[in-house]
Amino acid sequence: MAILFRAMTFLAALLGSGAFATAFAAGTGQPQPWQMTFQGAATPIMEQITDFHDYVNIIIIVITLFVLALMIYVIFRFNEKKNPEPSRTSHNTLLEVAWTVIPIFILVAIAIPSFRLLFAQYDFPKADVSITATGNQWYWSYEYPDEGISFDSIMVPEANLKPGQPRLLAVDNEVVVPVGANVVVGLKANDVIHNWAVPSFGVKLDAVPGRLQQTWFRAEKEGWFYGQCSELCGRNHAFMPIAIHVVSQEDYDQWVASKKSAAVEPKGKMASAQE
Amino acid sequence: MAQNAQAEAAHHDHDDHPHGLRRWLFSTNHKDIGTLYLILSLVGGVVGALLSMAMRLELAEPGLQIFGNPEMYNVFVTAHGLVMVFFAVMPATVGAFGNWMVPLMIGAPDMAFPRMNNISFWLLAMAFVLLVASLFMPGAPGSTGAGAGWTIYAPLSTSGSPGVAVDFAILALHLGGASSILGAINFITTILNMRAPGMTLHKMPLFVWSILVTAFLLLLSLPVLAGAITMLLTDRNFGTAFFDSSQGGDPLLWQHLFWFFGHPEVYIMILPGFGMVSQIVSTFSRKPVFGYLGMAYAMVAIGVIGFVVWAHHMYAAGLDVNTQAYFLFATMVIAVPTGVKIFSWIATMWGGSIQLNSPMLWALGFIFLFTIGGVTGVMLANAGVDRSFHDTYYVVAHFHYVLSLGAVFSLFAAWYYWSPKMYGYMYSEAIGKLHFWTMFIGANLAFFPQHFLGLAGMPRRYADYPDAYAGWNMVSSIGAYLAFVGFIVFFIGVIVQFSRKQKVADNPWGTGATTLEWTVPSPPPFHTFDTLPRVK
Repeated sequence: MAILFRAMTFLAALLGSGAFATAFAAGTGQPQPWQMTFQGAATPIMEQITDFHDYVNIIIIVITLFVLALMIYVIFRFNEKKNPEPSRTSHNTLLEVAWTVIPIFILVAIAIPSFRLLFAQYDFPKADVSITATGNQWYWSYEYPDEGISFDSIMVPEANLKPGQPRLLAVDNEVVVPVGANVVVGLKANDVIHNWAVPSFGVKLDAVPGRLQQTWFRAEKEGWFYGQCSELCGRNHAFMPIAIHVVSQEDYDQWVASKKSAAVEPKGKMASAQE
Repeated sequence: MAQNAQAEAAHHDHDDHPHGLRRWLFSTNHKDIGTLYLILSLVGGVVGALLSMAMRLELAEPGLQIFGNPEMYNVFVTAHGLVMVFFAVMPATVGAFGNWMVPLMIGAPDMAFPRMNNISFWLLAMAFVLLVASLFMPGAPGSTGAGAGWTIYAPLSTSGSPGVAVDFAILALHLGGASSILGAINFITTILNMRAPGMTLHKMPLFVWSILVTAFLLLLSLPVLAGAITMLLTDRNFGTAFFDSSQGGDPLLWQHLFWFFGHPEVYIMILPGFGMVSQIVSTFSRKPVFGYLGMAYAMVAIGVIGFVVWAHHMYAAGLDVNTQAYFLFATMVIAVPTGVKIFSWIATMWGGSIQLNSPMLWALGFIFLFTIGGVTGVMLANAGVDRSFHDTYYVVAHFHYVLSLGAVFSLFAAWYYWSPKMYGYMYSEAIGKLHFWTMFIGANLAFFPQHFLGLAGMPRRYADYPDAYAGWNMVSSIGAYLAFVGFIVFFIGVIVQFSRKQKVADNPWGTGATTLEWTVPSPPPFHTFDTLPRVK
């Protein structure tokens, strides 16, 4: 089974890179025009999701083509012109058992790697960085409880976009995380259900009022990664993106320090004004 | 399957029927009520299609062009879903073709409860009025209409939509649900008690089997919806807190209750299509259905398993990993009976003498497109990869392949197959085929690229999207326009059919059509089977 899985994955990778990658490059972190595949993986989980998808995709394409081929064959071979006298066959026990049992084997071949993937997603590592994301109508608020940092992250309106910032994806205050770190994200919601999703990370989880839910990721590439709210939440559902900047550990430390001083500064000014 | 045992000599006496208001408003005749349902479903289909055209116009290009207020887009999405499910597909499959054909196919004079049949229809008509009215009622702050999606997830549908629009929608679902429950009781009673002498359950046509299973699904799932929306109604208006976490309720309770209804609902929409396609494939292959018992019990199996897979709609809601593992497994099991159906249809054609006229073309289209929707369903069953697909256009593509291209294709197949029987006029073969090809190409062009959009990560229910998704969205919109042209071709075909008045024989389809409806005249007299047929 494992060999089969690996062979299929390899085949899929060939198909994926050969046929599509040149004409329809898949963006990592954000979509590309005419993209036909997943966004590039930036976490081990998303790599697993992509491999598993490619494997199942091959199976379902083969099944669909098989059904199509059978249909085309019967349409031409058993056309009323070619076959004016229909047979009266209405049973064939062996055949019926076969098309019940063979699909079961195919499903088992899908289910085994599927369970492996599912349990890998819920295999929480020890957190290097903890973040809490809170869904609001219609923006995300973030907290780094260990660092005492908190801020709102609001979409940049079209008129204020800087060059290179993607429309509907860029935000004013992005989440910054160090590369290679296990980031555990706690999710909350203040009003209605939202969903925190980042395609390149293979992460998507509802933020439900009254619940604290958790997901995690380990980004292994530096760069910008975007996601969008993925549970209908009202008028501006399409306008509360998620933006994550994965940086080196030094840059991250610097960012944390600057955020901390920014958070302290106004209070300091207040204090001096009172004197 | 059956022999004509009916004395038709004096059937003109049986054509004595009430006229005008008394015939249509007070109707207790299954054929007239079937026609009323058909008209309602066509009105619903036109409204639903116009809503989707507005959505595709908006999505053709990035930016907001049609909907100044994106909440209005949500309202259209919601209304499109509710109208298509409750007022286009369901009245057509069960209401129209079920009412028309079940009594004819089992050799019964009418439905078991003709008056209940009448109120089933009029409740649904009133439900439609309520739903359309909801579009103009205050909804979310600053806009009109219910915009919480057809899934009306709390708390977006409670604290998120303070206006009365959601209450209107809930009451519409209440009436529609009551209508369906009454209809289901009627069908179950009719099918179990009123079959012609000699027609055992195992000799019953597969369309009747499909309606029987569907009726049980309706009977068991709709009360759950009714209970859930009643809780939603009291949460909204009377201070209860079933779904309000700030007072000890839980929004996820709504999702469990909704999908416990919602997933069987999917099969409620598609099972009658299975039945229709079985009749049509057998008729135009001039062969009996291959593996009849397997086909019947595959539908029963799909119906039963359909009740224990609901949470596969909730993989991203934060369920426990073991719960997800169970629903993953249970959902994949459905692929087995579904595969049995696909392969049995092909085996029915194998060795047959296939006549490729309009109903058969639509049925073949159904089989292939349903296969595509089915295999993407296997993909989505896997919780691990659904993490990436949940709430993206991949899901939209999947369920439109099974519903818009599956259920709707089976309905058009059934129209071309049975409308000559129902109204006595032959359709135009050329227009039927033109209709098929425009809709086949259009719908595929509309929905296939949505798989790519979903893979690339485009979330559904978005009025505006990042510019990178523009290409495939434009293709999808062009496909949708073409499919709409196909829908217009259908209406032209109907006009041609009824104006050129080409009379049809009792059985226009020849030796392949073996069920009892082909033994009565076309159109059937107002009262059929005064003498019960005997089935050998």
